[in-house]
Amino acid sequence: MAGYIARRLLQAIPVLLGTTFLIYFMVFAMPGDPVVALFGDKTPPPQVLEAVRERYNLDKPFIVQYLLFLGGIFQGDFGVSFSGQPVSEILAVTFPVTLQLAVLAVLIEMVFGITIGLVSGLRKGGIFDASFLVVSLILISLPVFVVAFVAQFVFGIQLGWFRTTVGPGAPIQDLVLPAIVLATISFAQIVRLTRASVIDTGGQDFVRTAASKGLSRRRIVPVHILRNSLIPVVTYLAVDFGVLMVGATVTEGIFNVPGVGRTLYQAIIRGEGPTVVSFVTVMVLIYLVINLLVDLLYAVLDPRIRYAK
Amino acid sequence: MTSTVNGSDVKHTTPEGEERPLLEIKDLKVQFTTQEGKVTAVDGVDITLYRGQSLAIVGESGSGKSTTAHAIINLLPGSGQIAGGQIILDGQDISKASKKEMEAIRGRKIGFVPQDPMSNLNPVWSIGFQVEEAIRANGIATGRKEVRARAIEVLKQAGLQDADRRLKQFPHQFSGGMRQRVLIGMGLSADPQLLIADEPTSALDVTVQRVILDHLESLTRELGTTLLFITHDLGLAAERAEQLVVMYKGRVVESGPSLEILQNPQHPYTQRLVAAAPSLASRRITSTIHGQEGAAHETGSEVGTTTDTIDLIATAEARAEAHEAAAAQPPAIVVEDLTKVFKIRGSGDFTAVDKVSFEIPKGTTTALVGESGSGKSTVAKMLLKLEDVTSGKIIVGGKDLASLTGKELFDLRSRMQPVFQDPYGSLNPLRNIGNTISEPLVTHGVGDRASRRARVFELLDQVSLPRTLVGRYPNELSGGQRQRIAIARALALKPEIVVLDEAVSALDVLVQAQILRLLADLQAELDLTYLFITHDLAVVRVIADNVCVMQKGRIVEAAATDDVFENPTEQYTKDLLAAIPGANLQLGA
Repeated sequence: MAGYIARRLLQAIPVLLGTTFLIYFMVFAMPGDPVVALFGDKTPPPQVLEAVRERYNLDKPFIVQYLLFLGGIFQGDFGVSFSGQPVSEILAVTFPVTLQLAVLAVLIEMVFGITIGLVSGLRKGGIFDASFLVVSLILISLPVFVVAFVAQFVFGIQLGWFRTTVGPGAPIQDLVLPAIVLATISFAQIVRLTRASVIDTGGQDFVRTAASKGLSRRRIVPVHILRNSLIPVVTYLAVDFGVLMVGATVTEGIFNVPGVGRTLYQAIIRGEGPTVVSFVTVMVLIYLVINLLVDLLYAVLDPRIRYAK
Repeated sequence: MTSTVNGSDVKHTTPEGEERPLLEIKDLKVQFTTQEGKVTAVDGVDITLYRGQSLAIVGESGSGKSTTAHAIINLLPGSGQIAGGQIILDGQDISKASKKEMEAIRGRKIGFVPQDPMSNLNPVWSIGFQVEEAIRANGIATGRKEVRARAIEVLKQAGLQDADRRLKQFPHQFSGGMRQRVLIGMGLSADPQLLIADEPTSALDVTVQRVILDHLESLTRELGTTLLFITHDLGLAAERAEQLVVMYKGRVVESGPSLEILQNPQHPYTQRLVAAAPSLASRRITSTIHGQEGAAHETGSEVGTTTDTIDLIATAEARAEAHEAAAAQPPAIVVEDLTKVFKIRGSGDFTAVDKVSFEIPKGTTTALVGESGSGKSTVAKMLLKLEDVTSGKIIVGGKDLASLTGKELFDLRSRMQPVFQDPYGSLNPLRNIGNTISEPLVTHGVGDRASRRARVFELLDQVSLPRTLVGRYPNELSGGQRQRIAIARALALKPEIVVLDEAVSALDVLVQAQILRLLADLQAELDLTYLFITHDLAVVRVIADNVCVMQKGRIVEAAATDDVFENPTEQYTKDLLAAIPGANLQLGA
């Protein structure tokens, strides 16, 4: 097991190098001079421009810029944004917000998605199953910004249950509405996946054997049907958590959540190379770690899977 | 004393005289709801089973035998439901029992041993967990320690000696035979009065099957459990059960004491079944020969003459004649010191095939026999060049396979064709039958469109299938028809050699007999050479001229078929022979 984890972490190194290089290159190749753009309509003296360029290493060739940046990361220095704030500080502020949002969204998906999927699967073809088939089809076909605006309008403005924007330093209950909106994206998938998985497991021979042993339905459903059906669902949820962790750009934007997604979006608009690359590097790291955890979780859920040394 | 079973009066004495039967099924009807309406899978079945007796329900797949078993414990799959009749267990009609009552009956009163040990244990729970929950559900023991002790006890009873050590292990860490023991242990864990065993060993190797059945038999006798057996194997049924019930298309066609039915089958279907069962047929081959030699005491020969379809005997005789003619020609295949070593990460090398040598004379059949893991299929794969050879030689038609490249190898493929085990997996479901059969012709650029079409028709005739099948798709055909298609495809290029890897193992007995006869006819007609890979010794006797018995990658015995059957020299061969279900039945006695 330890050997497997070490191997996976080693594999992460080339992935990390590759992604940072690509992102750095793309930001570098973006049209327009970020330094000139920084000053807006004003035309600063060339010496100032030169000083700014030197400060951000923008006067050096691309490959040198990249290597300097990489060297900084290995020393724990993620660079400084154009506003003068260290990127690591920005990360420290935005990251907890996104984490809270992601955890909330996944919890909502899990509780409602699995419960509804289980009931649908056990009563395949019934009224409950049919109505949630329609609901999940509607949710799958709606773009997230439509759901977000409708939710904002109905629950925020008309009913007044939630605040429509979150803003910095907002309490966690303000994150509930954006979390629900985020959850709707994957909710339908979870319902469909759980339902299919429950139907599949329910038809397995070992379920019949469990009944032939004299077990009651109340024991068979959680122990022999749900437990086995959860394997694909939980792995999907974990990957989904990874996706949410790296920022839900659109939803964070609409609800003005000061999370990773919104900050990254603004940095891209401003052409802030170091900020973008630092953010993406951290995101790739998180994503790799979550994927590794998913694979390890898989072995916990299914005893047949054992990783070779 | 007398019970009427399905209209025909069958007399049988009960062990304890006038006692009421433990299980009485009266006019049972089971229906499935499909899109085309209701389908009756079990139609008016009557079965009477007395305490301490053993009874076997025999029939081919689709005969309703498993459905009957599932109806008894009310665990019918999908839309199945009991549409009529009674199931009386110990005086109580359980077909009308409530859900709660049924839960109390399952496990406690009726134990169930399912068919496939691979799919009947939940892969995510440990063996101990699954046995313990059965014990707890039936209130056999309470408290952690008592439950655990009982679990170990039942598993040991079922023949799992190191049960206490293995409780924490998961199903995938057990072999098929061991899993079946676990399932038997589970079925008997609450000490039920009746045990239903649904094809308990058909997924296992023949020697393992024997050990497990022996064990099940002595165990149920010891515990006084009444046994209801479900099987497709007539030989096995007759050997293991006192009473037989033969089912066909949802109805009971014949029932009574096992030996009586085997010796004197009344219903035409039973007669065909007796004639087709390879294990019994091969016994009859000897008895007919003895009869011709004038051995008057061999009443067994009468069994043969009562049936009109002694396909297999005729087949075997035709084979013997063809064999003599072929002896003069050079061998079609020579295998010398063939070895295959698989590299396994972490645990060194595994020698799957170890210095195997044999020759197959042209126009004859050599059978490669062995249990799973003996390396027989690996030999076939190397012969077909689907697997690389580690060392040794394969010479086909005078040429060393290793020296062939490109064009020559391509040509060789047209002369050597395979037929695989699973007729469901080996046909592409998206290609119709005509395209499937003509595919090798297209690949090898034989003929034009019209001549290929003519060849497809000719091949369909050869495998006795209607020409109208050309536009149909595999999923519309039965297993037997599919295997005929696979054979037709193999014959399309007029090969000299056909490698048959368990080609009849997945088929029902009657279909199996038909395919075996077809293979023999085609061999005589087209002078084909067969390499026949199988685990089933009973089939070997009917089809093969020579036999090589493989064990753990080596050939332990090689000889002419009759010699192997009559004078086996190796203990392993003797074990295999003794394990053929029905081999020990005294049909003539």
